[in-house]
Amino acid sequence: MRVVLAEDLFLLRDGLVRLLEAHGFEIVAAVESGPELDRALAELNPGVAVVDVRLPPTHTDEGLQCALRARRERPGLPVLVLSQHVEQLYARELLADGSGAVGYLLKDRVFDAAQFVDAVRRVAAGGTAMDPQVIQQLLARRADRDRPLSRLTPRELEVLELMAQGRSNTAIAAQLVVTERAIAKHTSNIFAKLGLEVSDDDNRRVLAVLAHLDRDG
Amino acid sequence: MHGARMRNALVAGGRGLALALMGWTGSLALGVLAVLSIAFVPLGVGLLTTPSVLFLVRAHAERRRRLAARWSDVRIPAARYRPLPPAAGGGPLAGPRLTWLLLGDPATWRDLRWLFVDEVAGAAVAVLAPGMLAEGVFGILVAVGLWRPLVAADGTYWYQFVPVTGQVSALAAGVVGCGWLAAALRWNPALVRAHFRLTRGQLAPSDADALNRRVEELTETRRDAVDTSAAELRRIERDLHDGAQARLVAMGMDLGTIEALLDKDPEQARRLVAQARQNSVAALGELRDLVRGIHPPVLAERGLGDAVRALALRLPLATEVSVNLPGRAEAPVESAAYFAVSEVLTNAVKHSGADRIWVDLHHADGMLRVAVTDNGAGGAVITPGSGLAGVERRLGTFDGILAVSSPAGGPTMATLEIPCALS
Repeated sequence: MRVVLAEDLFLLRDGLVRLLEAHGFEIVAAVESGPELDRALAELNPGVAVVDVRLPPTHTDEGLQCALRARRERPGLPVLVLSQHVEQLYARELLADGSGAVGYLLKDRVFDAAQFVDAVRRVAAGGTAMDPQVIQQLLARRADRDRPLSRLTPRELEVLELMAQGRSNTAIAAQLVVTERAIAKHTSNIFAKLGLEVSDDDNRRVLAVLAHLDRDG
Repeated sequence: MHGARMRNALVAGGRGLALALMGWTGSLALGVLAVLSIAFVPLGVGLLTTPSVLFLVRAHAERRRRLAARWSDVRIPAARYRPLPPAAGGGPLAGPRLTWLLLGDPATWRDLRWLFVDEVAGAAVAVLAPGMLAEGVFGILVAVGLWRPLVAADGTYWYQFVPVTGQVSALAAGVVGCGWLAAALRWNPALVRAHFRLTRGQLAPSDADALNRRVEELTETRRDAVDTSAAELRRIERDLHDGAQARLVAMGMDLGTIEALLDKDPEQARRLVAQARQNSVAALGELRDLVRGIHPPVLAERGLGDAVRALALRLPLATEVSVNLPGRAEAPVESAAYFAVSEVLTNAVKHSGADRIWVDLHHADGMLRVAVTDNGAGGAVITPGSGLAGVERRLGTFDGILAVSSPAGGPTMATLEIPCALS
């Protein structure tokens, strides 16, 4: 898997390169600024881009803008955005085109190498990896207003939270220490209660759930 | 054309008369009352009456300012009275204290000086307008026949400098009267304006006053700014000390222990590694919250509009944000506006009982304006020591203001304005 990496802090860039290489990724470019990232994304045609939101020269949201630009050029280009802070506003922008293959994680998530690498793989395969904090904020915001949501059992809420992060049934089952069959049952209950259409495609399923949670009103 | 001129002259005559009467009645009465009241301050009685009289004087002056703008388009700058403490209305010592504060304000003495000028010079200038009209009309009446009874009564009747004894001299009086009328037509509006100019000369704060007042304001807001930032630094220091710093110490200790345990008790070492990682996650979380409180990352990355949008997304209430900012303000202004909006929103969420909030940000006429409206129960006030008072103080550093309109039953609308340029 060919990866373009953009991170301006040397220590983190170096660490990420080593981490990803250790898990069998091929780093085709590790850049430290927005313009370099633009060029790498345009020329190297990577399988996935791992991008820090804040990059030189502006030190604003240069990385995010590069990623969004590249995805407009090449819809569905897998991009995993890393940041020191997560904002629903940014998550919404990343998800806006509805084509999936996006990730948005706190940099802290790198600490858990296995989970982080899993997230990179998921995004590269067209899936979604949303930071638990984003999902928690979404759920907290909806909690008092969303009638359908209040009909979920605590267990179903748990499953919903993990599902919204982009985890597969297998991963959710492993984390909650139950069988995959049990998760499948929870999932169909959740979809029925929220009035969402059931889809066999995991990626579509995640996007539908996220759209439901981020709806206004 | 002539009709308009005639009407203007007549209107100005009427206004001149009204102004003269105001001078001879209102200003005179208030002037006398004020002098008496202040003279009785040492006896005690004056302490009770002076504030009321002085407030009447202020209202009287204010009415004249409004008339100046309406009748002659003469803009008289508002008085720069010293602010009065909000609690001055209550307690047994309120009267004396208020008297003391009012008498210590140079603007009070300016008002009083104006009263005396107004009842003499101001009224005299104003009364010329109706006077010339009346004199002119009277001269013409003399010419057309009024001279007969006048001469019959007194022998020679003096109309101004014309001795009227018969029809011929009466006609001369008529000519002089026409002269007065012509003068009234030409100068009446100017006379009224002259009155207001005179008033402006008396009532407008002098440059020195304006500067003094500004210096007082700046001293006060600077002290507030220094206090606020010192308190902020103390809070940050404490948060770092008790939070991230302590966690790093704990992590260091854990790592030391892990080093020692690695061979002896790998199981225990693994547990400690997990614990150290927990601590690093928690430390990062605390640092993140701290950073958000110092300067929110979205504000740095996207500016005020998106920072407020991101803030709204964190609120548990449905919040609509509309932004019309063609550029970015300077960082300190953005930051002040952001934290002000944040505080106002927090207040709305906590106390209003609203289920919807609207935030509108725009920039017009060199002014950044943010309006936060909620559909809650209303009744919000800026009480000293409250969060809103803190917002007001912080905005003061930028000459910004906060206004809250919150009738019982709602809705509540908080508006903040900061003069600034966008780039």
